[in-house]
Amino acid sequence: MSKGYHIVVCGGIVPDPLQRLEPVSTPSGPALRNEMMLPAVLDPWAASALYEAAALAKKMPESKVWLVAAGPKAKLQQVMMVTGQKVPFELVAIDAPAGGFTESFAVAGLLAAAIKSIPGLDYSRLLVFGGWESASRGAGSTLQAVGELLEISAQFQGVDELAVAEDGSFTVLERVEGGRHQVSKCSAAPAVLGWATGNLAEPPNNPQVGMANMRAIMPALQKAKAEKLSAEGLSFQHVALPAEQRETRIVKDTPVDVIANEIVDWLRGAN
Amino acid sequence: MERVLFLGHTGENGELGRAALEALHAAAGLAEELGCAFDAGLVGADVQKAANNIGSCGASSFFAVSGVDFAEARYGSDVLAAEALCRKSGATIVIAAGTSRWMRVLAGAALRLGGRIDTHATALGAGQGAVSISRWYYRQRMEAQLSRAVRPWIIVLEPGSAPAWQGEEKAAALVDVPVEVTDAAKRTSFAGYRAPQASEQTIRPDAELLFVAGAGWTKKQADGNIHIEEASKLILDFMHKSNASLGSSKSLVDLQGEGQAVLPFLTHLNQIGQTGATPRHAKGFATCCHGEEPHVVGWRFINERRAVNTNPNCGWAQGKADVLYVADAFAVMAKVNELLS
Ligand SMILES: Cc1cc2nc3c(=O)[nH]c(=O)nc-3n(C[C@H](O)[C@H](O)[C@H](O)COP(=O)(O)OP(=O)(O)OC[C@H]3O[C@@H](n4cnc5c(N)ncnc54)[C@H](O)[C@@H]3O)c2cc1C
Repeated sequence: MSKGYHIVVCGGIVPDPLQRLEPVSTPSGPALRNEMMLPAVLDPWAASALYEAAALAKKMPESKVWLVAAGPKAKLQQVMMVTGQKVPFELVAIDAPAGGFTESFAVAGLLAAAIKSIPGLDYSRLLVFGGWESASRGAGSTLQAVGELLEISAQFQGVDELAVAEDGSFTVLERVEGGRHQVSKCSAAPAVLGWATGNLAEPPNNPQVGMANMRAIMPALQKAKAEKLSAEGLSFQHVALPAEQRETRIVKDTPVDVIANEIVDWLRGAN
Repeated sequence: MERVLFLGHTGENGELGRAALEALHAAAGLAEELGCAFDAGLVGADVQKAANNIGSCGASSFFAVSGVDFAEARYGSDVLAAEALCRKSGATIVIAAGTSRWMRVLAGAALRLGGRIDTHATALGAGQGAVSISRWYYRQRMEAQLSRAVRPWIIVLEPGSAPAWQGEEKAAALVDVPVEVTDAAKRTSFAGYRAPQASEQTIRPDAELLFVAGAGWTKKQADGNIHIEEASKLILDFMHKSNASLGSSKSLVDLQGEGQAVLPFLTHLNQIGQTGATPRHAKGFATCCHGEEPHVVGWRFINERRAVNTNPNCGWAQGKADVLYVADAFAVMAKVNELLS
């Protein structure tokens, strides 16, 4: 029997974190100003998941990685031009709205349906990866819901490490309170793992990987079905940027002793 | 008519943690605002002590899912427990603390219940009889107020967003809710906790001060050299003297990926910001950190902010800190440590 995994990474797209974001209201609910113009990136924690998936697949022969991504087709294409250069995967694209104000369970429904439609996917070797929270909604609920819809009851969130043993069991480190990790052992796949940062840096661009990926990415994008997301019963009263802009007092050309004294007074609550 | 359920799990000491007591305070307050009843639902190995601790909170019933299967956090069993407690109470609004244990399972429970969930809620209330919550989007960049019509609605409250419930201890009559944990749910087993390899705990959520050590500590200084040992000593010395919680900028993997030296006591969990934590502390003090937006979004819940940076045009100067000291952090921290001795 093959020991490899079928790893499906769920990864959305988000605005580049260095961009300034501003909410606007639209007839279909809140959105971002110039949303379609903002440069997008693969959601950072989902990107960690993708790199971890690729590294695991490399270690375990006969493994395969899919990336299931829902987002507006044009944005997905833009992000795939970059992400496609990083590690080998097969894209499953869903043409749907992306963004923080969409409903997590609606997105999960699309992702789960897309996963179910992957030909030849072996559930007994399935690991569903993704980011534990998105950089947009940041709810930590989508992957759990995907797991539920696929009836997978071994789930882990805030994962920084996955170690697979000879017998197919694996050990997972999840972030918990107080700067610690919880260690869990799981007897076998299938499982859902919502990754935090993990232990791998962003891989450098690899043109060969890029070329191989692109052959499948373009058809996958062309094939992507346009889907709507429902938001039954959800209403936003308002969305606003925090008003907070501080008046920064800049202290310069001041002796270190004076600065240190002022800081210590502040720490002690004297000013 | 709404019905509110407070969901809590015990901690390692068999009691409810502070975050749970905050959620209880919020749940009891919401029920009062709505003029409706509320229940408490508790999960743990043995929850009697926890129930007695909150025995006078005014809950109509104290439901319990307990036993060895529920001693530790595990998705398969915790999701069953949460689902069973919600069904037993028949609550329309469920309030729980955003602990790692609840955050891992409550979305799954909401889906099983045909309900909805919102996490990281920072406030909740019932103006004009309709429940609404506040939460942040895009990693603390914008705040929204929202409400939902679908029930049950599970609201997971961000720790530190409400006062903790306080009250007399009183014997609570537990109503046991039986839950059968199938073998499939038990495929996972708890194997302990792993603390950072560093000799000491540097993350202290209850500390008054957050001290951020930025990547500048590990960069070439004016003399053209890197001073990791001196930086480590200054930072750890300050940590001992101030009892602060230690935060870092950038992720460790980013730093290592860039071939940079890293401070040996930092772990993933120290990271503050876009792909790190957003802790709550009364004061924050950043050193050798530029104050770029992906870092500063993690400071949303830090009240007073000061920074030391050699660069007068760093991000902190752009309205992100109250005070920016333009100075060499090595010199400043050596003096601060001396003064704190
Ligand atoms: C997707 C994504 C996610 C990210 N997530 C995060 C995140 O979660 N957290 C985060 O922090 N960053 C994050 N970043 C990175 C972020 O954009 C910045 O690169 C990072 O915050 C920079 O860290 P720094 O300010 O410590 O280091 P640097 O940018 O290297 O700045 C070092 C600073 O130290 C100062 N300095 C050096 N020596 C001294 C001295 N002797 N005395 C005083 N000052 C000195 C320098 O003037 C400089 O300002 C993310 C980026 C991306 C793209």
